[in-house]
Amino acid sequence: MDNVSRNPSTVMAGEDPPSSTVLTACGKSADGDPPPAMTQAAWQDVGMLDEIPRQGARTVATPHGAVAVFRTQDDQVFALADRCPHKGGTLSHGIVHGHAVTCPLHNWVIDLADGRAAEPDEGCVRHFAVRLDGRRIQLAVPA
Amino acid sequence: MNMLVPQRRRLVIVGNGMAGIRTLEEILARAPQDFTITVFGAEPHGNYNRIMLSPVLAGEKTFADIVTHDRAWYADRAIELIAGEAVVEIDRTARMVRGEHGTTRPYDVLLLATGSDPIMLPLPGAKLPGVVGFRGIADVETMLSYCRPDGRPGGQPESRSDDRPGGNAVVIGGGLLGLEAAHGLSRNGMAVTVLHLMPTLMERQLDPVSAGLLRADLQARGIAVLTEVNTRAILGEDHVTGVALADGRELPADLAVMAVGIRPSIFLPRAAGLAVGRGVRVDDAMRTSDPAIYAVGECVEHRGAVFGLVAPIWGMAKICADNITLTADAAYVPAVSGTRLKVTGIDMFSAGDFSGDGAEAIVFRDDARGVHKRLVLRDNKLAGVVLYGDAADSGWYFDLLKTGADVAALRDELIFGPAVAGGTGGVEALPDTAEICGCNGVSKGKILTAIAEHGLTTLDAVRARTKASSSCGSCTCQVEALLRYAAGADYDATPKVKPMCQCTSEGHDAVRAAIRDRRLKSIPAVMHALGWATPDGCANCRPALNYYLLCAWPGEYRDDAQARFVNERMHANIQKDGTFSVVPRMWGGVTSAAELRAIADVVERYDIPTVKVTGGQRIDMLGVTREQLPHVWRDLNAAGLVSGHAYGKALRTVKTCVGSEWCRFGTQDSTAMGIALEKMCWGAWTPHKVKLAVSGCPRNCAEATIKDFGVVAVDSGWELHVAGNGGIKVRVTDLLAKVATEAEVLEYCGAYLQLYREEARYLERTAHWVERVGIESVRARVVDDAANRAALHERFLFAQSFAQDDPWAREAAAKQSRFADLATVE
Repeated sequence: MDNVSRNPSTVMAGEDPPSSTVLTACGKSADGDPPPAMTQAAWQDVGMLDEIPRQGARTVATPHGAVAVFRTQDDQVFALADRCPHKGGTLSHGIVHGHAVTCPLHNWVIDLADGRAAEPDEGCVRHFAVRLDGRRIQLAVPA
Repeated sequence: MNMLVPQRRRLVIVGNGMAGIRTLEEILARAPQDFTITVFGAEPHGNYNRIMLSPVLAGEKTFADIVTHDRAWYADRAIELIAGEAVVEIDRTARMVRGEHGTTRPYDVLLLATGSDPIMLPLPGAKLPGVVGFRGIADVETMLSYCRPDGRPGGQPESRSDDRPGGNAVVIGGGLLGLEAAHGLSRNGMAVTVLHLMPTLMERQLDPVSAGLLRADLQARGIAVLTEVNTRAILGEDHVTGVALADGRELPADLAVMAVGIRPSIFLPRAAGLAVGRGVRVDDAMRTSDPAIYAVGECVEHRGAVFGLVAPIWGMAKICADNITLTADAAYVPAVSGTRLKVTGIDMFSAGDFSGDGAEAIVFRDDARGVHKRLVLRDNKLAGVVLYGDAADSGWYFDLLKTGADVAALRDELIFGPAVAGGTGGVEALPDTAEICGCNGVSKGKILTAIAEHGLTTLDAVRARTKASSSCGSCTCQVEALLRYAAGADYDATPKVKPMCQCTSEGHDAVRAAIRDRRLKSIPAVMHALGWATPDGCANCRPALNYYLLCAWPGEYRDDAQARFVNERMHANIQKDGTFSVVPRMWGGVTSAAELRAIADVVERYDIPTVKVTGGQRIDMLGVTREQLPHVWRDLNAAGLVSGHAYGKALRTVKTCVGSEWCRFGTQDSTAMGIALEKMCWGAWTPHKVKLAVSGCPRNCAEATIKDFGVVAVDSGWELHVAGNGGIKVRVTDLLAKVATEAEVLEYCGAYLQLYREEARYLERTAHWVERVGIESVRARVVDDAANRAALHERFLFAQSFAQDDPWAREAAAKQSRFADLATVE
């Protein structure tokens, strides 16, 4: 996750996130297709790291629906649409392990970094750019 | 002095390691009275099994486990042990050695077993603190000191370049020792990178395909591997901070381990003027260029070869002892040895020459299982073996290799192992003198004698009695084959245990035993102690570990909400649309106007879409949103309603009929009995959900005979039925016992549930548990053994004293932010 930085000196609040990392639909960026709705996203403070338990998640209401912001055991943050690609389960309620979450409905395992379902399941959920500025969590949601 | 006592010869052994002490044992076995013996050791210990340092580093064994000869062993044999003093000088003219603290001892026979030293590359920064070799227990202790979360010794914690609590380690060298060091450090929480000069790992033991599989397996364990890299320098001012590569890359490091090889330790013999090459030169009798001085082990050079594995050293020890004691004029002939990597869960074996030049190779590959086998034949004989992913047949192949048997007739089926090719080369066919366990030097005859004399039937018993297969384990299949051969039908094969999940090779029972016996009290502690392959487990093992810890350490273990399935974390049942259902407890299925009114008010106030009467005689409110949950609970609490735990692997309902109070057939007050049971059991966490029922007469309207614990009233008292199940596969209960009083019903119920809590595997219903262990076994402990029943019941009540805490009240009183969105963005 090059869009997650743990070093405050490299993060300037208010700086525009690099457009290619704002929002990615699965399989698109790898093919070089431009991801949808790439423009005019700005980093927004959504809370402090301490407001999310380690190995846990909280949701952020956005125009794109609920976005689950995850905090892993190693204090990295990730953001995914809060809908499992399988049957729409709330991923924010799943068990977080490593850099993955297990959906509470039918145990699909979703990679937090790219939103892809682990084999043998197939599917993908949108992931959003999120970063830490010190302990502040900043989310970039396209307009 | 009594002149009739023959003058004993004075034997001095320099080196208190495996080679020296094995030779000493061989000497004592041949001539226990011939020598006055002194042993010098540079390390301040008795002798320990150096090849088991890797498991010590990985936390699988303790130092005490690998000590083979403690100080008492020397004392019992009147051997003088001078530990912690290295010998610095040999005066060959005076036949005297001198230690670094000035101790001198004269000798008639001197045995050098000084071993080897790790090669420390002469890189810039190689002398910085934080650069270690991997040779002795002191190195292991140094490495472990870096794995502690409180930072490196003597360093500034804030300067540590860490992503993991243990910081970063770089291991230079991707051979056997380097990879074992990397595995151990990784299991202790360090982020480990292995640097290897060659294109493939362990290139002396593995062909490129196996090496590729090994690399993938290590990477899956979180160990980074870089091949074809040259280390340029160790970075740091007053301590290691990183490692620089020749290609310009720099890796952060708090610890740098040099594991590029060993070289014979020959300072002493060289200074004494003995002939040395790479090692101290010995002839076939293990004698150096001075006939009064012998040498064994990794310090020697024999016919131009030096040694780094244990098996050839045992051979040297025998030959050396024969010659020192003058029992035989024996000559050492080098034997082929096999290699096995001591990394948990990685099964590999390599022996002989597998490079295949001018030879024929037979290859088997199963990508799905990650198995690769390569046999190299030369002149119809097995010349080399590489097994990766499945080394179960290593003993059989190794025998064929060592004995040089003609395998032409087996050739077509050779790759499939003895089960298919079988017939000729089994361990039964070996002579009694054949060595089975290379680590501990145990022969086939010794194992068979032990099996016969002591009636051994299990692998563990053979290990305890003979030490065979108790070190590296590579001869396990041969020892098992001997057991099958000698003990026949009595042989008790250890059942293959199904691992708990993909994060571990341990089964549920082993994990629970470790939690209890090793007093592990947190999920990270369990994962660390048992070597979890993942950093923080998965959705299968974490809930199980949380339950096992909760059960083992009531009142002590702090429940880990993030290890709980959503329903138990949210104290409500998640529904397909992400909303929840809420079920308050109705004691024994009895309610009141006030409770019903409170429920009706809540349903209207929060616009709850569906209200449903459950099969467990309670009321379910469905479609409650996450944000509403604490409010709904607060309002229900106000009317005296508490959590019904309808969402948990826990005590669910106690279903009752109206009983003798109203029913014209009722024989006992089943409703009051049910309420008493529910008051005792509510809040209990169990391996899976638990449902109770009490019927007031044998008509059994409460359906007690398909419950986990069912009570049926009869004229003379109560029948207690257990292990029923009304789910996918209906199972009718077994009768546990018949009792007379309500107090007995409560005690039997508590004891039965506690036995279930302590013995069943996570997510195992009582029906499956009882089918697994047998109703007789449960009866023996709950019914027949009154003292055990009382103890179980007492433990249940003790655990309940911490468990009976309404989670709804707790949550409603606490800060409720976790039920709300973190933020809203426009």
